Amino acid sequence: MNIKSLKLALSLIVALTLGLAAGMTGVQAAGDAKQPAAIDWSFAGLFGTYDRDALRRGYQVYTEVCAACHGMDYVAFRNLAQPGGPEFSEAEVKALAAAYMVEDGPDDYGDMFERPALPKDKFLAPYPNDNAARAANGGAYPPDLSLITKARSGGPDYIHALLTGYQDPPEGVELRPGLYYNPYMAGGKIAMPVPLMDDLLEYSDGTPATVEQMSLDVTHFLNWAAEPELEARKRTGFMVLVYLSIFAALMFFSMRKIWADLH
Amino acid sequence: MSGESTYNPGNGFTKWMDTRLPILRLAHDSFVDYPTPKNLNYWWTFGGILTFCLVTQIVTGVILAMHYTPHVDHAFQSVEHIMRNVNYGWLIRYIHANGASMFFLAVYIHIFRGLYYGSYKAPREVLWILGVIIYLLMMAAAFMGYVLPWGQMSLWGATVITNLFGAVPLVGENIAIWLWGGYSVDNPTLNRFFSLHYLIPFLIAGVVVLHIWALHVPGNNNPVGISVKGKQDTVPFHPYYTVKDGFALALFLILFSYFIFFAPNVLGHADNYIPANPLVTPAHIVPEWYLLPFYAILRAVPDKLGGVILMFSAIFVMFLLPWLDTSKVRSGRYRPLFRQFYALFVVDCLLLGYLGAMPAEGIYIVLARIGTVYYFAHFFIVLPMLGIIERPKDVPESISSPVLSGAAQPAE
Repeated sequence: MNIKSLKLALSLIVALTLGLAAGMTGVQAAGDAKQPAAIDWSFAGLFGTYDRDALRRGYQVYTEVCAACHGMDYVAFRNLAQPGGPEFSEAEVKALAAAYMVEDGPDDYGDMFERPALPKDKFLAPYPNDNAARAANGGAYPPDLSLITKARSGGPDYIHALLTGYQDPPEGVELRPGLYYNPYMAGGKIAMPVPLMDDLLEYSDGTPATVEQMSLDVTHFLNWAAEPELEARKRTGFMVLVYLSIFAALMFFSMRKIWADLH
Repeated sequence: MSGESTYNPGNGFTKWMDTRLPILRLAHDSFVDYPTPKNLNYWWTFGGILTFCLVTQIVTGVILAMHYTPHVDHAFQSVEHIMRNVNYGWLIRYIHANGASMFFLAVYIHIFRGLYYGSYKAPREVLWILGVIIYLLMMAAAFMGYVLPWGQMSLWGATVITNLFGAVPLVGENIAIWLWGGYSVDNPTLNRFFSLHYLIPFLIAGVVVLHIWALHVPGNNNPVGISVKGKQDTVPFHPYYTVKDGFALALFLILFSYFIFFAPNVLGHADNYIPANPLVTPAHIVPEWYLLPFYAILRAVPDKLGGVILMFSAIFVMFLLPWLDTSKVRSGRYRPLFRQFYALFVVDCLLLGYLGAMPAEGIYIVLARIGTVYYFAHFFIVLPMLGIIERPKDVPESISSPVLSGAAQPAE
């Protein structure tokens, strides 16, 4: 068997793909924005899982702070009860949803009507349309947050850095009214006012509501919203790798046996 | 090879079938008893891996199409529907999206293996040309597939690439309008790209059949590059190469799975998770990694039409390769000068890939121009010249002699 060429091929492929992955990250992070610090998220790594308490606190931050301007079009209340998420009970989700009124219909008479939201409903959008959102925010559009950690290079690290990274503008940087200085934003200027302040809300589990804590929690929650399949994905992935390793070993020894009589 | 068939129908049904449609005989001669050089190394396992990739893309693609909506108002949403609500939709989509990257990784290794061992030389020119056609079709399929999620990179990538046709003199604008089905990349464009994206893999499958046919007439090339002289040089494809390809495929799947399950978006671009917006242009429009070298060549030329011509030439030069390489020796193993230029060419392609991802400014442009010039020089100057000036090393008598060296061999 030509083990040398196998080793060469393998190391080349691994080097190529790692280089590729590193290269892509480098490409996306290129720009004038400050690099976000790497956070040790519980959902990172081969066996990463979400922290349920952080997800629940993050949901609270989202609803009490972010949801005033940002929608989450792809997340439904029922998702809050799914495995791998905040895992609220069915009853809790029903109660959380029922706090909102949604328009439904038309009914048998052709009229639209309001009803309390149900678990099947998506999170409510803060504005009826994009133009209304812009009009209320000085022309800037508050992006939908369902995918935000996947839609920004740097992912959750970037979101946390942005939420906690507001500064006074350095000398020479002119900000027109309605813009704020944040070095993590490309260009440094952001239309979102400072979103978090210490004790902005009271956590129902008694955790002190510092800016850092709220930012970590809501980023945790946003990452779940973007990747609700993460826990199942990593669990499945581990089993797949175990299976493939055994399969590869069996193939290797079969190959050795079959080729043995030739050499 | 097209020798006599050793197929022996075992029972009444297969005998009956063999006198009517000898498809089992064809399968036996092609994939069981097919005589294969016994010295193939692991670089030769990528043919089987590529077949696996094609089947994977078709199977997952057909399932995705059941849930996907090719409409500008619904495409992005329907992809999120697949990710969130379809059972194992995330798995199917991540296999398909990363499968495209794995497909290209494998095809590049396959192509560069052919380049090194001279697999394009007589009598395998048609086999090589069919391979280049498959590669072209793959690029078309991948490009259109990337448009379908209708994120920002989908829209703007499609805009950049289709605008290239606008560089054609006189009729360019009309060609672009005809491609778009309108005056910009919009719903008609998305619709036809979906239709073509579904069609092309089956065209690829058809050309793959021809590719395998064209392989089985002259038989495989091999690392020493000399033709099979007799039965002592070959082993039956099954079980020798089915098991070896199987082992290589298992290793390849481990890498593939790593991306699917642990880094599913690392090879994509974050902007494609932002819904397409014709009013907002992304800061950098970057194609998928496997198209980057050609993108670098396109941008290296200051003239738009010139860039388009060079970019397409970079691919079409492959069709001429069998006649540009004048050396009679196939394998790079016995060509000391060629080996050095080959290494330089590999570095050049990687460099162009890197430059394709960088902004087209300053030093990057200068390097891209140098890289582009060398790319073409390799085909039009280096390869024709090497055949004349290079003194190849001694080539072994037969495949069996280097393989069996070290074993009991009569002294020569």
